[in-house]
Amino acid sequence: MLCKRIIPCLDVDKGRVVKGVQFIDLIDAGDPVEVAKAYNKSMADEIVFLDITASSENRETIVDIVKRTAEQIFIPLTVGGGIRTVEDFRKILLAGADKVSINSAAINRPSLIDEASRKFGSQCVVVAIDAKYNNKRKSWDVYSHGGRNNMDLDVIEWAVEVERLGAGEILLTSMDKDGTKSGYDNQLTKLVSESVNIPVIASGGAGTMKHFKDAIIDGKADAVLAASLFHFNEIEIKKLKEYLNSENISVRL
Amino acid sequence: MIGIIDYGMGNLKSVSNALTFLGAEHFISDKYDELLKAHKLILPGVGAFKDAIDLIRVKSFDKLLIDAKDKDKPILGICLGMQLMFESSNEFGNHIGLGLLKGKINKFDIDLKIPHMGWNELNIHKEAPLFTGLPEHSYVYFVHSYHLETDEDVVSATTYYGKEIQVAAQQGNIFALQFHPEKSGDIGLMILKNFIEIDN
Repeated sequence: MLCKRIIPCLDVDKGRVVKGVQFIDLIDAGDPVEVAKAYNKSMADEIVFLDITASSENRETIVDIVKRTAEQIFIPLTVGGGIRTVEDFRKILLAGADKVSINSAAINRPSLIDEASRKFGSQCVVVAIDAKYNNKRKSWDVYSHGGRNNMDLDVIEWAVEVERLGAGEILLTSMDKDGTKSGYDNQLTKLVSESVNIPVIASGGAGTMKHFKDAIIDGKADAVLAASLFHFNEIEIKKLKEYLNSENISVRL
Repeated sequence: MIGIIDYGMGNLKSVSNALTFLGAEHFISDKYDELLKAHKLILPGVGAFKDAIDLIRVKSFDKLLIDAKDKDKPILGICLGMQLMFESSNEFGNHIGLGLLKGKINKFDIDLKIPHMGWNELNIHKEAPLFTGLPEHSYVYFVHSYHLETDEDVVSATTYYGKEIQVAAQQGNIFALQFHPEKSGDIGLMILKNFIEIDN
């Protein structure tokens, strides 16, 4: 059976992990490479680096981090944040990343998905979608620029479009649930997951181990992502996997 | 010395990183004469079958690999590299492969998400040298939309995705892996270590 994947996401600013990672026995909890190594040990299935560096002159830093990480851990690595061109893709992939995640750039110029997937293969093109429920429409809107701009675009329409253009995976964040610890938006996840034939990663809202199970069973997520919950050691990935396994969900142990 | 064949497709850095991590002497090259000197060869690759086999023929790497097989040099094919080792593929038309092993590459015909992407369990069928020392439940990382189908007694492992899928094959010193050992954590490193340690 194909395993459901558990993915920790690290926000990186100017080469340092932000929001703080509180691992025990970590020499430098701000070093993304050290943190990635620790997650690899704790059986994370993939690692996502989200580069939130604002200025472009610091962009090279993430390339260096990816290089150093790829020399030491041997599980899939996804990098997102600020990628706008096929050339950006090339740089990140050559540094050793396996997938590149794009969000606003894909909304502004959807052909980037097509160009990148033709050049490097669909398997490395992840489209991140930030979605928020619209009470009037009784559906979800797509937002860009870290959730600042409502794009007046329906989430299902966009999800189907990014698949058609060649995206290999969708990283779906519920803006309503993000940071609430009240569980993933399983309705949203299910709707998107059933509308496309590519894997969907659920993101935003995890607070308990049961939330992960619900996202997989009710939301039909292929993978689940969380950040601070793992960073602050509130839930250990290994224990989470043991729990999911006991609930008859296939995971890599 | 292991030679990683660079025929212009896919990211070779990950394989090289894993070999460096394991302390194995190796080099990446797109030159026939340099690769001729390698004691073992790795054929990696990500992308479309036809583009890949065309590039391989242009560089005469087909001859390199067939000669290497005749000389009993260990050859490891990974992902697309694995598929190229077989007789043919029906990826966008019908294309002839290297024919180092007997079998065909066909598109997934199942009612599940394609590509088959993520971690899946290896069902090891025979005592293949690459799988020496692996624990009972070994998971490896896959990304593929086409898969091997062969009736020959070369299949060393399968995995379950809608049905049993043939994902590893071996005959003599020819090793074929559909998954990415260089992205399969400690299990993948063990498999690569086994390849490094094959005597030849």
